[in-house]
Amino acid sequence: MEPHYPLFYVFHFYLFGVIALASAITFVTRTSPVAAALWLVNTMFSLAALYVMLDAQFIGVIQVLLYAGAIMVVFLFVVMLLNLGHPSEIADMRGKWWKLAAGLIGLGLLSEIMVILRAKLPQQLIMPRDFSDQQVEKLNVVGVIADPLFKDFLLAFELTSVLLLVAIAGAVVLARGRSAGAR
Amino acid sequence: MLAESLALTAALFIVGVIGVLIHRNAIIIFMCVELMLTAVNLTFVAFSRYYGAAGQVFVVFVMTVSAAEAAVGLAIIIAIFRHRQTVDLKNINLLRG
Repeated sequence: MEPHYPLFYVFHFYLFGVIALASAITFVTRTSPVAAALWLVNTMFSLAALYVMLDAQFIGVIQVLLYAGAIMVVFLFVVMLLNLGHPSEIADMRGKWWKLAAGLIGLGLLSEIMVILRAKLPQQLIMPRDFSDQQVEKLNVVGVIADPLFKDFLLAFELTSVLLLVAIAGAVVLARGRSAGAR
Repeated sequence: MLAESLALTAALFIVGVIGVLIHRNAIIIFMCVELMLTAVNLTFVAFSRYYGAAGQVFVVFVMTVSAAEAAVGLAIIIAIFRHRQTVDLKNINLLRG
């Protein structure tokens, strides 16, 4: 079912996967928000590399621009704005029992997901092997996403604009505060 | 590479769940939620190789929703910080019964 991949490809796939997972684990063990944000950016970058390797070049670019570039900058901006104090003073982590419970819950969820992953994919739903290559040849990399986005998912796309408008209005109303609103 | 992608997704998602559980800083908890959303995106991309490009369109939607969620969530954190001078969840228990 799966095509044969060259060793070079497999090696880099595992390399970026291990980098992503190691950065994610480092990220959740940090207590300083800035260090955590930078490790999360590292995870996002390696995931972008994985997207490119999985024939989703446009998604990889969007990942770097939007997650690593925009969302994480907003997080860092809020950290700067709030001025929380030194990381050693804010005592961020929960206690030993919380960590133990979190680890057990994590192990339970992981084993559940791994059991689900053993299920076979329905054969009749799988596209022919060179399907995505043909699509990219016909519509090029961006067109592969743009074509269904503006045809099949047009309503969802338009509703997304309403969602963003509501989010902007909500963020402004929430963050403006009472003193500015009294004008 | 489908099985490897799905396993990595599961691992990243679980790391995000554990992060939400062990942290008390609201900003870091939000970052963990972002990590969980991104991990699911990897599933969509991996399946889009086998089921057509609709999966990549869903990734675009997930990214939009997570951007909106980050904007509103961080605005809520700023509003809470203005009232309480803290983002520690230990001190934010107004809705606890």
